[in-house]
Amino acid sequence: MMIYLQLFWEFFKTGLFAIGGGLATLPFLYEMQVKTGWFTVDDISNLIAISESTPGPMGVNMATYTGFTVCGIPGGIIAVLGLITPSIVIILIVARILERFKQNKVVQYALYGLRAASAGLIMAAGLRVAQAAFLHMDVWAEQGFAWKLFNPIAIVFGILLFVVYKKTKKHPILYIVAAGVVGVIFAL
Amino acid sequence: MKELLDLFLVFAKIGGFTFGGGYAMLPILQREVVETRKWATNEELMDYYAIGQCTPGIIAVNTATFIGNKRRGVLGGIVATIGCVTPSIIIIMLIAALIKQFADIIWVQHALAGIRVAVCVLVFDTVMKLAKKSLKDVVTYLIFAAVILLTLFTKLPAVLWVVSAAVIGIAYKIITERKKTSGKEAA
Repeated sequence: MMIYLQLFWEFFKTGLFAIGGGLATLPFLYEMQVKTGWFTVDDISNLIAISESTPGPMGVNMATYTGFTVCGIPGGIIAVLGLITPSIVIILIVARILERFKQNKVVQYALYGLRAASAGLIMAAGLRVAQAAFLHMDVWAEQGFAWKLFNPIAIVFGILLFVVYKKTKKHPILYIVAAGVVGVIFAL
Repeated sequence: MKELLDLFLVFAKIGGFTFGGGYAMLPILQREVVETRKWATNEELMDYYAIGQCTPGIIAVNTATFIGNKRRGVLGGIVATIGCVTPSIIIIMLIAALIKQFADIIWVQHALAGIRVAVCVLVFDTVMKLAKKSLKDVVTYLIFAAVILLTLFTKLPAVLWVVSAAVIGIAYKIITERKKTSGKEAA
């Protein structure tokens, strides 16, 4: 029983203090490792690899994996509940405040600037994925040939996919699944 | 009850097909929540995303809570969030129990390389849709460009850029408004 409470508490703290996405939970995991010894440093690298290669928010994947490693299925569920509880409470409060002051002029002005920043953040995240998807940064750094930087198959596939998406406009999930299949077939 | 179930299922779908960080959920979220169900507008989605970067917790979870709460209050927020994390919990436990070396499997890596291309294409398209109404003048385009560069080339937290953009928005709007009213008084 004690271990469940402790698990909940450790991830509650992570959820409360990790600001800005899944990777922000990493420092908390390292600290937890040192403090509790529930898992090894190798476990952390393994769980990063698994979290990155499975769907779902990374922070949630990490909490599930850690909780499950420590004490099975209930552990995984409790760790996730601990992680998301602070988020839920805080967002519910923020949503109330936002709703109340939405018509306020200053809030309107703030949102005017904030939405542009939001678009910028999403675009930057998209560019980071583009770098991973279309470029071979490591090969380029090693061999220095500019033409080695590009991944031609991925680039052609990306352009084709964009054209098909614009023409057909089917559900995004369809393209994600199809792209996974293409990746396996063409060994991207 | 029907809508609560809907909230759960839609967010479970989103959680089950999001590869990457919170941004990667946006194409599916925009399709399901804005276009198909009209639960929120593009602008609201951008507000939620930006606020989710500044408050503690995972961005995808924060966005789910926001939308669930908007539809069905506190219970809606909780149900949407639990929907969003359920696929992760099931998938990760299966992998942790059965295949420890999952990430090293070669076809998993190939599939992910393909998925990254799709996520990239979808995110670019979504950003254009989301930003259509929000990028409307020089100031917003400047903020947009500055945030991209600052995010890519510095390691400082995103909160900083979101808060600065909000402050710039307030300052710019107040100054232009003053100018307008003083112009009217002069006339």
